[in-house]
Formats: sequence, C-alpha cells, structure tokens
Amino acid sequence: MRSIRAAAVGAVTMSLALAASACGGGSSTGGGSNDSPKTLTYWASNQGASIAVDKKVLQPELDKFEEQTGIKVKLEVVPWSDLLNRILTATTSGQGPDVLNIGNTWSASLQATGALLPWDAKNFDKIGGKDRFVDSALGSTGAQGKDPAAVPLYSMAYALYYNKKLFADAGIAKPPATWDELIADGKKLSKGGTWGLGAEGSNPSENIHHTFVFAKQHGADFFTADGKPDFTSDGAVTAVKQYVDLMAKDKIIAPGNAEYAQNQSVSDFAKGKNAMLLWQSASSNLKSQGMSDDAYGIAPMPVQSGTPGSGTNVNSMVAGINMAVFKNTHNLDGATKFVKFMTGDAEQKILNTAYSTIPPVKTAQADAAFNTPANAVLKDTLAKSAVALPQVADESQFETAIGTAVKELFADAAAGRAVTTASVKAKLEKAQQQMPKK
Amino acid sequence: MTTTTASAESGERTVRKNSPGAARGPRRTGRIKRIGLPYLLLLPALLLELLVHLVPMVIGIVMSFKELTQFYIRDWGTAPWSGLDNYQVSVDFDAPVGEALLHSFLVTIAFTLLSVGLCWLIGTAAAIYMQDTFRGRGLLRALFLVPYALPVYAAVITWVFMFQHDNGLVNHVLHDQLHLTDKPSFWLIGDNSFVALLTVSVWKGWPFAFLIVMAGLQNIPGELYEAAALDGAGLWQQIRRITLPSLRPVNQVLVLVLFLWTFNDFNTPYVLFGRTAPEAADLISVHIYQASFVTWNFGTGSAMSVLLLLFLLVVTGVYLLLTSRGRKTADV
Repeated sequence: MRSIRAAAVGAVTMSLALAASACGGGSSTGGGSNDSPKTLTYWASNQGASIAVDKKVLQPELDKFEEQTGIKVKLEVVPWSDLLNRILTATTSGQGPDVLNIGNTWSASLQATGALLPWDAKNFDKIGGKDRFVDSALGSTGAQGKDPAAVPLYSMAYALYYNKKLFADAGIAKPPATWDELIADGKKLSKGGTWGLGAEGSNPSENIHHTFVFAKQHGADFFTADGKPDFTSDGAVTAVKQYVDLMAKDKIIAPGNAEYAQNQSVSDFAKGKNAMLLWQSASSNLKSQGMSDDAYGIAPMPVQSGTPGSGTNVNSMVAGINMAVFKNTHNLDGATKFVKFMTGDAEQKILNTAYSTIPPVKTAQADAAFNTPANAVLKDTLAKSAVALPQVADESQFETAIGTAVKELFADAAAGRAVTTASVKAKLEKAQQQMPKK
Repeated sequence: MTTTTASAESGERTVRKNSPGAARGPRRTGRIKRIGLPYLLLLPALLLELLVHLVPMVIGIVMSFKELTQFYIRDWGTAPWSGLDNYQVSVDFDAPVGEALLHSFLVTIAFTLLSVGLCWLIGTAAAIYMQDTFRGRGLLRALFLVPYALPVYAAVITWVFMFQHDNGLVNHVLHDQLHLTDKPSFWLIGDNSFVALLTVSVWKGWPFAFLIVMAGLQNIPGELYEAAALDGAGLWQQIRRITLPSLRPVNQVLVLVLFLWTFNDFNTPYVLFGRTAPEAADLISVHIYQASFVTWNFGTGSAMSVLLLLFLLVVTGVYLLLTSRGRKTADV
C-alpha cells in the first residue's frame, strides 16, 4: 500500500515538473570570433526532392570549397518543417551553425532576434558588393532601413504550371491569363477524377503566399504603413474568399486537397490528377516524379480580369532562400568566405540549375542556362511583377495566423459548409487578434 | 599488559552500561550515521532532480512574468517585466487569446475523460478475459502490448496515412467496403479530427491499463472466486464483488497516471496534425506550444504552462486526498 502511494506521489511530481519545465530557455550573447578557422557548420534548407538529393548536390561543392580554402564544411540538410524551430532553438541556446539557410520571408522576424550577422556595407564588400544582387531579391532580406540580415541565395517565383495534354483534350488552346479564365478552364478540366487546380490547403505557408498575391491584386496589404496588422480590410477579405472559393464555390480544386500539406498537389500534378498547379520552381521536383519537361507548360500566374486595382499587376510573391551567418560563429572569416563562394557566379550557376531556381546574382542570371522559356517566365515575374511579403518583425506569426485561418476555411469548404464573406471576416478577425500586441 | 588493557576496557564498558546518561551518547551518533548515509546516497538524485526539473520550472515561472518575444529570446534575461499581463491575457475569456485557451482547455478535459475511460474499460476487460488460460494466450498478450512498445512517432504517422481522405485505409473500409458513410470523411481536419485523435490515443493507451490491471489481478487469491462460485455468484457478480474492489488501489494509481499522461500528451496531436491543430482537436499542450513557438509569445506561453501546472496540482491533490481517505477507512 505504501509503495503504491509513493509511486503515485512520484508519478505526480514527475508529470507536474515536466509540465512546468516545458518552457525553458537559456541566455547567451556574444559576437563572432575566429577561434576555429578550419571548420564550418552549415544548415542547408531542404531544396531538392529529398534530403539525400540535397546532399548529392551540395557535397561536391563543399569539397570544392575545402580544396580552395582548406576549410571543412559540415553539412546538415534540415527539412522545412523543422527549420524555423531549429533556428529558434539555436538562437536561444547560442549553439547554432556558423552558416545557415533561411526562408526569405522570415528575414525580418529572425533579424529581430539579433542572432544573425547584419550585412552592412563592409560585410557586403567582402562578398563582392550589394550591387551584384537583383533588387527584388534584396527586398526580402530584412526590414527596410536596416542592414540586411541575410544574403539572397536562390530566387523563385510562382507561376502557373499546366498539363499540355489535358488542356488539348479539353480543347483549351492557351493557358488562362485571368482568374475568370482559370475558373472557366478549370470547370472544363474538372471531370472523371481529374481536377482543374491543385492546392495545399493545410500548409499555412502556401496559403499565405497565395492570399498575399490575391490581396495585392485587390490593392490590399496585411499590414499598415507603420507595421500594424490589418487583416480585415475589404480587399483582404475578398482576396481570402476568392482563393478558398476556388474549392468552395467554383469547385475546381478537389476537396481532398484541404488536408494536403506535404506537396501532395505536386505529385497529383505529375500524375495528371490536376491539370493546373500554382507553384514555385517545380521543374526538378516534377522531373524526379517522372514527368517530362515537355509534358507541361509554364505561364505567369493569372491576374484579376479587367483593369487590375491600384497600380498592381502583381502575380507572385518574391520567393526564395537566403543565406545568413550566425552572429556568434567561431569562424567569422571562414563563414564570410563561404557566403562569397556560394554566391559566386560559378556556384550560382551550378546550384540554381540543380534546383531549377533563378540566381539572385545579376551576372549569373544573365547566363544562357537561365534563358529557357520556363525560366524566362520566372525571371520576368521576378523582375517586373513579384512583391516581397511584408518585411516586419511579426512576419512569421502573420504566416501562421493567416495561413491557419485559410486552412480552417478550406476545412469548412471540404466539409461542404458555406464559406461566406462573414465567415471569412470572422476568421481573419480572430487571426488578427492573436497577433502580438505592441 | 594485555590482561590489564582487557580488564580496563571491560571496566569502562561496565561503567557505561551502568550509567544511562553515558549510554545514550554512542547510540545517538550511530543513529545519525545510520540516518545520514541514506541522505548522502540520495544527494546525487536530489541534485539531478533539482537541475533537470526544478530549475527549468523556476525559469519557466520567471519567464511567465516577462514580456518575452522574438526581440528578447536571444538573451531573455533582458526582457522587460510585464507583471501579471501574461496571466491576464491568458484568463481574459472574452478576448481571443483567453477564449482560445478556454476552448482548448475544455477540449482537453473532454478528450482526457473519454480517453482515460475507454483505455481503462478496454484494458480491464482484456485483462479479465486473459485471466483464463487458453491456447495462444501468451502470444495474444504479447500482441496486445505492441501499441505500447512501438515508438510514438512511427505509430502515429502510420495512423496519419490511414486517416488520409483520398487514399486512407479508414475511409476505404468505412466508405468503400462497409458503405457506412455516403462520402469519404475528413479525419485530419474539421470536426472529425477529435474522433481521430481519441482513436489513436486509446489505441496507444489501453495496453498500459491492460498491463497494470493484469498485474493487479495476480494478487487476488483464487479461493475468493472459488468460494463465490460455490455460493452461486455468476461471472458478472464475481467481477463486481471481488475483482473490482480488489483492484481498487491499483486502479487509483492507474487512473491518475493515465489522466496526467493523456492531459499532457503532446506527441500524438503534434504528429497527427502538425504545428497547428484543428479547432476540434486543439489539445492544451499543443496550444501552449503554439503560443510559445509558433506565435513566439514565450511569456504568454509560460504563463499558460504555470496555469496548467496549478490546475493539475489541484486536481491531483484533491484526487490523492479523496482516495487516501477512502483507503484509511478501508484499512480500519
């Protein structure tokens, strides 16, 4: 009897202590040093079809770097779902890699933590100067008026991928240029187990990218000029509703896509289950899934019919990957050299070809390798009609808040519940109230 | 010489024995030694406990009084004090943060009660059934423990595949084969996600109940059943009058442990739904994680953790008080 009581008390204490210690943390400050000049740790984001593919692409380049400089780079490819958490943990503990990849939309959020090395003029000079990079890519490296927290590495833009054979079978001559055309085409294509368009309804990032573009097309922003969340403007509500309506009202997205979050819509497109896909740099992924390059076409993402709203022909966000240096690296010089190496012309060409992305470095972008018709669409979009997501410190929270609201709306649509202006507005209102107060 | 010493010693001893005051001395030091040694042996464990549990707990409590956002996580000691702000935000049930926390709390209560109830029921039923010896009992017992032995991640991710809308086994069986639903259901989003979560939780939890109850059953003397059978008691009466009362002390611990585990379960919902759970299955552990690590409001997250700790302390305190009182009267 006594031992049972003791066991109960023990179990209770353990569980309670665990519950309360769930939120722990440490503190560490300090700048970079050159204590260990011979090694670097690099966290690469998962760009290829798998982590193994990434290692295969990156390792030869890292070996090349070691040959040139004598610095050994320890590579770790981190899956997207873990990356932000890993960076956050590294920031709190101060035990991070020397060099890392970040999603470019997180730049301002991570900049606010103070964990990343600021890229002032002096640092930029060490890698060949700021002028080497394309303006649109530099637009998502940190908050305006501050030294960038990162350097662009790979650029991407959204485009409309369409299945040529399914289009021909449905008697559609050219890809849609407006949303009305896309819906009309989508209805023709949605039959016999095939659907017009694919989506990733449970992936907050995908949701936010699309609704952001829709909002821009309606002349709306999710933040006011002084950086306060503004999620419930008419433009924002219309934008979110328009996106979810592609499933709820227009019925050109399969209801099953509401629970997609692992790029299943790309697989569906490769298998011909979706005729269209709004995606960024899907080519290498589609190829690895057995879809040949000439089976699909790439067109700019559609815009609103008629005259677009206030001065906007926006049809993509500026997507891409940046490279950052952890402020308390023990190999500051080596880290800078590594960034210079990775953003050098030769490496830019090799890496961006492997990942079917666009180099953010002007000279590399001009290379013939990036002049294929597909790349021309992406390059053109990036140069003329892509806009960076809000570069505010709360960007990461904004992605989650709106992305989750859209996920819930997709869940409603899939279950056959009505998605109305009021229900959209209520979800956005809730998302806004969950944002940190200042 | 030798003789003298011996006699002197024995003389001393005689003196001590005769004087009660002097006799206590050496015995007392002996007792201190005897009491001191166990404490000394416990010391490493106590220090570790301090380091692993108490220190983080105190840090967590300190954090709950700070305005801790991404601007300060790198050096959280410099975060400004916010007094009770984090607590006020958490318990203001009219505002969205508090409202969401309350919703999550209620979902967690409902989920925990159902899950613990079902785990106990299935585990006890299986344990009683397995009391009889029959061919293949050992194998069946081992099979029952498989969910408990599997790594959580591997097990739950398999469930994720089975719950898929388009290609999942669950819809295939319920819709395509048994025609129980008029169209394939969503299990990982929307309202059904609660059912999905409960299913996985019970699947994962009942073998533990089975194991504990089975151990408890070994302690019930067979003669009780024989006597009851002679008196004409049926199976149900035997279970109600002998098995369940005898299992009471075991069940008290079992239910408490299951309750705490289920209430705090993070792995199952996180692997099942990812960083943001559907509203219907928004368990409090994931909710607090979301407040801290997705919304980057570490101060508010810590405050919510402390509130959860207080709640669990009260619940377990009351539970232990009630059950131990019951036991005392039973002992008398």
